[in-house]
Amino acid sequence: MKSKTIVCRCEDVTLEEIEALIEKGYTSMDEIKRITRCGMGQCQGRTCRTLLLAELARATKTHPADIKVTTFRPPAKNVKMSVILGGIEDEQNG
Amino acid sequence: MNRTAEIVIIGGGISGLATAYNLAAKGMKDVVVLEKGYLMSGSTGRCGAGVRQQWGTEMNCLLAKASCEIFENLNEILDYEGDIEFKQGGYLLMAVTEKEVEQFKKNVALQNSLGIKSVLLTPEEALEIVPDLNIEGILACAYHHKDGHANPFHTMIAYAEAAKRLGVKIYTYTEVTGIMVEGGRIKGVNTNRGDIYTDKVLIAAGAWSREIGAMAGVDIPVRPERHQILVTEPVNHRLGPMIMSFAGNIYCQQEPGGEFIMGHGPAEHETYSVTSSWDFLEEMCRKAVRFLPYLKNIRVVRQWSGLYEISPDAQPILGKVPQVEGLYVATGFSGHGFMFGPITGVLMAECILGLPTTIPIDKLDLGRFERGELIFEPSVV
Ligand SMILES: Cc1cc2nc3c(=O)[nH]c(=O)nc-3n(C[C@H](O)[C@H](O)[C@H](O)COP(=O)(O)OP(=O)(O)OC[C@H]3O[C@@H](n4cnc5c(N)ncnc54)[C@H](O)[C@@H]3O)c2cc1C
Repeated sequence: MKSKTIVCRCEDVTLEEIEALIEKGYTSMDEIKRITRCGMGQCQGRTCRTLLLAELARATKTHPADIKVTTFRPPAKNVKMSVILGGIEDEQNG
Repeated sequence: MNRTAEIVIIGGGISGLATAYNLAAKGMKDVVVLEKGYLMSGSTGRCGAGVRQQWGTEMNCLLAKASCEIFENLNEILDYEGDIEFKQGGYLLMAVTEKEVEQFKKNVALQNSLGIKSVLLTPEEALEIVPDLNIEGILACAYHHKDGHANPFHTMIAYAEAAKRLGVKIYTYTEVTGIMVEGGRIKGVNTNRGDIYTDKVLIAAGAWSREIGAMAGVDIPVRPERHQILVTEPVNHRLGPMIMSFAGNIYCQQEPGGEFIMGHGPAEHETYSVTSSWDFLEEMCRKAVRFLPYLKNIRVVRQWSGLYEISPDAQPILGKVPQVEGLYVATGFSGHGFMFGPITGVLMAECILGLPTTIPIDKLDLGRFERGELIFEPSVV
């Protein structure tokens, strides 16, 4: 059986998929994120962001500090719409 | 990097990539695409990727219908190893004012006359398509089963990879800083990585096109306008079509992966900023829950924003730029450039190669603003 190393658990992205993209010339975190959805799942890349960064640093022989990291987007944690809307009502109720 | 090219395309969004692919497919050599960021950094990589044929002008109906037919076969046309995830779940447009009902009637008649099989529905009939829809306040709906949405990232990569296989050179992180014009003709472009000599340039720089036009001394009246959007956690499939309200200013769709993607677009002041705001989040949730109450139990995962490239009449600007020999433009989609992308690529390639265009685009030229021949589209969010 072919080995599979999962990098992004939310979106089931494997190391092999990432390596194949790097091979094709997609060497930015931003591109790999969008093509594979690595880091776009429910946890927003809490684990895989650093794994992807490390893999890119290794493959492109770049210092990790010199790699542009994908944008951290709000909200920081998943929030139910009712909770967001509850906020509005509370304010209106004074 | 190439020092010469037969054409330099400025902008690696769907418009630039689709044109590059079509030019190469029709035999043009040395096609170069310059992109200042990474691929997908512009509006195409930030959009909702909805594709609809339900438009209010003949021009937009024709463009959208032709584009949609390309989307249907795009995986095969581009021989893509992935999937552009084109889901044709339809678009359900909801009228909430009498004026909109009248407009929908006119639109559906126009669409039907052009072979687009859209229908008017009563709110009760709409429930058969979206059983969970809260129809309170909805007066009528329009529906077309062949509308839908695709994955914008894969659509772009499919074009980019197919173009590269045909010899197109795509240079990312390469910013055009100037356009060389001599005696009214294109000579080349300056970039942060050196100059490229060419006698043809296509401006496909989305919301940044006005800046690029100015480099050649041409005014392209397109302004950047920020629009925000969000995505939820994936849940079981409940929503077939994209639902949309023009007056309510909202659209919402469920992706093949189960996530809901939705946006609403208050007119914002001119900006290149692509930040996100809390106001948007609140207002978006309020609007979405009004139409689909079950959304209140679903979690928002991420919000982001991108730029619409707004033209004075909300219609694309396509074709030759008369003032400068060898200069072409494809922009001004006013927030609908993803769905027009595939047909834009075909039409611009034909125009650049001096071939007759599949759909006449002379009315969409840049000169219309000077002539005062604007074409207003009534049905936009
Ligand atoms: C939130 C949101 C939702 C949307 N939803 C939809 C939808 O549902 N359906 C739809 O059809 N459309 C939608 N759109 C609109 C759509 O995204 C755009 O109309 C379309 O992507 C435009 O494509 P483009 O290739 O013309 O421009 P872009 O994708 O913006 O590409 C232009 C490129 O030019 C590059 N560039 C700029 N200046 C330079 C320079 N000096 N040198 C080199 N490169 C440069 C930019 O970096 C950019 O990548 C939406 C847009 C937003 C923001």
